[in-house]
Order: sequence, then C-alpha cells, then structure tokens
Amino acid sequence: MAKYGLRTIAIAYLFFLLVLPVGLIIWRTFGDGLQPVVDALSSPSAVHAFQVTLTVALWAVAANTVFGIGTAVLLVRHSFPGKRLLNALIDLPMAVSPVVVGLALILVYGKFAPVGGLLESWGIQIIFSTPGMVLATVFVALPLVVRAVVPVLEELGDEQEQAAHTLGASRLQAFLRITLPGIRWALAYGIVLCLARSLGEYGAVAVVSGRLVDQTQTLTLFVEERFQNFDQPAAFAAATALALIAVITLLLTKLLRPKG
Amino acid sequence: MAIEVRDVNKSFGTTPVLRDVSIDVESGSLTALLGPSGGGKSTLLRVIAGLEQPDTGTVHISGVDATRLSPQRRNVGFVFQHYAAFKHLTVFRNVAFGLEIRKRPKADIRKRVMELLELVHLEQMADRYPAQLSGGQRQRMALARALAVEPEVLLLDEPFGALDAQVRKELRTWLRRLHDEVHVTTVFVTHDQEEAIEVADTIVVLAGGRVEQVGSPAEVYDNPANPFVMRFLGPVTEIGGNLVRPHDIEISADPQEGGTAATVSRIVRLGFEVRVELRIDGKDAWVQVTRSFADQLGLKPGDTVSVRPNPGARSLALAAV
Repeated sequence: MAKYGLRTIAIAYLFFLLVLPVGLIIWRTFGDGLQPVVDALSSPSAVHAFQVTLTVALWAVAANTVFGIGTAVLLVRHSFPGKRLLNALIDLPMAVSPVVVGLALILVYGKFAPVGGLLESWGIQIIFSTPGMVLATVFVALPLVVRAVVPVLEELGDEQEQAAHTLGASRLQAFLRITLPGIRWALAYGIVLCLARSLGEYGAVAVVSGRLVDQTQTLTLFVEERFQNFDQPAAFAAATALALIAVITLLLTKLLRPKG
Repeated sequence: MAIEVRDVNKSFGTTPVLRDVSIDVESGSLTALLGPSGGGKSTLLRVIAGLEQPDTGTVHISGVDATRLSPQRRNVGFVFQHYAAFKHLTVFRNVAFGLEIRKRPKADIRKRVMELLELVHLEQMADRYPAQLSGGQRQRMALARALAVEPEVLLLDEPFGALDAQVRKELRTWLRRLHDEVHVTTVFVTHDQEEAIEVADTIVVLAGGRVEQVGSPAEVYDNPANPFVMRFLGPVTEIGGNLVRPHDIEISADPQEGGTAATVSRIVRLGFEVRVELRIDGKDAWVQVTRSFADQLGLKPGDTVSVRPNPGARSLALAAV
C-alpha cells in the first residue's frame, strides 16, 4: 500500500510541476490549429530571434568544446600548482546566478569600463552585441563539457596514449587517434548538454544584450517580450519551439548516455 | 650491447625508486628484471622506454644516447600488464597502428599485419574488437602490435601478470619459443622467480631500487650473491646459522658427522615430494625429500634425526647479515 502511496505522490508532484504547465503551453499553442503557430514563428522578429539564438549557441558550444577538452586533459593528465583551484573555479558558473554573470561582464566589457572602452576604441563592441551574449553564454555553460569528459578520461587511463607514443605517435597523433575516440560519447553528451543550456539561457543574456528587438533578441528573450506585450500566440509558439528543442536534446542525451 | 643503462637514479617525490642502477642487455638476449613489487623494476623498464625520465644517469639503445629522446623516437616495443589495447580499433588496426603512423603503403601494412597475426595465432581474429578477446589473446595482440614496428628492443611490463595461472604457463612457454624465432632483444619484468628462471637467459634481480645480482638463471639460483637473492629465487631454510635450499639437506636417523640434531614435528606429503618439518634449538626448519626416501627412513613426528647441508651445495652464512 505504501508503495502505491509513494507512487501517487511522485506522479502528482511531477504532474503539477512539469506535465501540467508544459502541457498547457502546448495545448494553448495548438488550440487554434497549426496556422497561427506557423504565422507566429515565421514573423521577421521570430525568425531573427531564431537566428540570434543559433549564432550565439553555436559560438558558445564551439568555445566550450575546445576549452572543455583542453581543461579536462589538463585536470586529468597533468599536475601543476593551482590545479585544485582551477577545478573548483570550473564549477563556479553553476553556483553564481546568471544575472550576476551578466552584470559582471558589463563591469568589465561595458562602454565605460577600462577593457570595454579600449575594445570600443578599436571598433569592437562587446556589450549589447553578439560577442557579449556569446561571452555570457560561454560562462554559464562552462562546466558542462569539462564535467562530462573528466570521469571518462580518468577511467580511460593514460596507458593507451603511452602505447601510442611507443609506437611512434606524436602527442597530437595520440590525441586524435586514441584519446578523442576514447572520449567521443562523453564529449557528445557534454556538447548536447552545453547546446541545450546555451539555447535556453535567459538571465545572463538578458542583462548583456540590452534586449534590442530584431537586433540582440534571442528566442527566450522573444518569448518574454511577446508575453509582456500581450502577444500570447507568438509567446506560446516560441515557448513550444524551445520546449521541443529541449525534448530533442533530452532524447539525444539518453541516446548517448549508456555508451559513455 | 642493445641496452646500456648507466648510474640511473630516479625518485618519485622524496622516495627513491632507482639508485645507481647500471645494467647491460646483450643483443638478441631475453632478460628478466626480477624483484619484489616496489623494487623499481617497472620504473627501470619505463626509463628504458622513455616513459619516465631518470633524474641522473644515461640510457643507450643500440649505441645511441637515448636519455633525452621521447618514447616516440626510441623505436622500442612496449607491452603493458593490462594490454593497453586500443578499444575502439579492431585487432587488425591495433597491430597496424605503428605502421599507419609511419605512413607505410596500405598493401605493405596489410601483408605485415597478417604475418604478425599468424605469428601470434590471431589470424582468425583480425576483424574483432579487443573486448571480444580473452586476456591471453589481448596480450598476444599487444605483442604483435609492439613487434609490428620492428623495434630495436622489446620491453614487457609484467606481461602475464593479469592472466590466470593456466594461460600464464602457456604464454611463457610460447614467449620463449617466439623469442627463439624472432630474436629481438627482449626485457621483461616479473615478480615470479619461476617465470624468470623458465623463460629468461639472463636474470637481473632488483630490490629496493638497487641491482642485487645479474646472471644466468642457474648462476643466481645456485650462487646467490646474498641472502635476499637466495630467499627470493627459491625456497630456503635455516640450519646451524646457514641459509640452505631444503632440497640440499642430508637427513639421517643416526647421528652423522657435522650434523645437527633435530626433532621431526610434522610430515607433509605433496605427491612426489615430502616436506619434513623440523625443530632445531627451538627454531623451525624444513627439508624436502623424495617420497621413496621418506618411506625408507620411516620418519614420524617426535623422531630425532640428524641434518646437515649437502657437501656440494652452496649455503650462505647468516651471521654476517
């Protein structure tokens, strides 16, 4: 009996927290058929928001993949002073609120800050522009690739790499032919998680982007802005699109997980 | 000389692992580095391969100073205890790895790899993955992979350590035969004295980071340089302050010249051999005799006997130690 009681509580909990809200959004989105959804998502602002989101996410994923692999290799294969500090710092973005991240970036790269001012004089604008949004997203999604790769790299050990070296492989050859294939599933898992986080980021991007419609508006900002302006069909359609992307990435991670 | 190691010192942190180690390995020989775990034998092998850098000292391979060369440029074959198989590559691609790195023509690679797979009896397994092989097969694959690049020396780090007893015995006989066929200078690490005696033509005994003795299996067994080597290479027992092999002791029911009186405490029959356990002046000792000899003596616990080292046998006085 206790078993069924616990199950009921768990299911009710998930229902009110997850199924009902998401279900309602989908229901409201498709309540008037498919045409309004297509119209809402093909408006110039929506298309532009899609493009901005995609641009920012892809840059952020690329940066975090390169940084993630490098840092994971550094943490697992090398010992150096400050290693524990680096290890702790990697997780910082998980603990800090994205809004704080955004404000901190403005303090450094804003027009009236020393670094930002210098870059501005060279014609490079960071804040209220794509580079700033990429920076914010990179920061927020920083630990995901590293944390996915580190345990697999540890388990892999360095004997295979050493064997490759004795067989005549250079460091790069050993990495490309032995290490990378060894961590490929974990890496793919980390990249998908990083992509999902980047697509869905709101807080940090909201602060650094300035929310300029048709310029620096990402999909999440678009949802919020449409909702505030009582354009509920567009808000719900974009929200459903985001939820759909999330579901796809979730399925991808499920697909990648067991092999990693 | 295929390998010359001179005055090598190596510490991990503050712990010295190798102290003034110098060894020569002859071309075409099969040498065992034998010693207890933590004795420095694996570290020495890794120093020869370039996987560890010595703090001081030099390593020459085929007359070339290799001390500062990376493992990539030493042209050594290395076989790891846990195989270090490339898990994502087939057996064929594993063996082909070194040749692919050297950018040999495809047809040559194919020919060479198939030859090697035949040599290690894995020709049927070419398209399998390491996970589909048994431990013994994986280790043979690792050996073929190391031999593929025609190394100057072949280094094996406890090659049979992870295998069960039966496969171990098979593989060491097979390694000996393989070496007689291929003739590549081979150094292997082991903590199993039986393995070293059976397979190697030269044994280097390493303990506490030092070379204790170098010699042929017969030399180190029959003429151990010190009590440690004697103990490590085979069974020993103590009689009258001397360290003696239990099969080198004469035992008789009557007092004999130069003999020591002992009381039989137990008789253990182990098939062909019989282990006679004794008490001598309150200390335990034992003698190994054949079954027929034991039957002839008709010993039983409580009997008093006389024991003395076999006149021809080498024994070591313990007093100096």
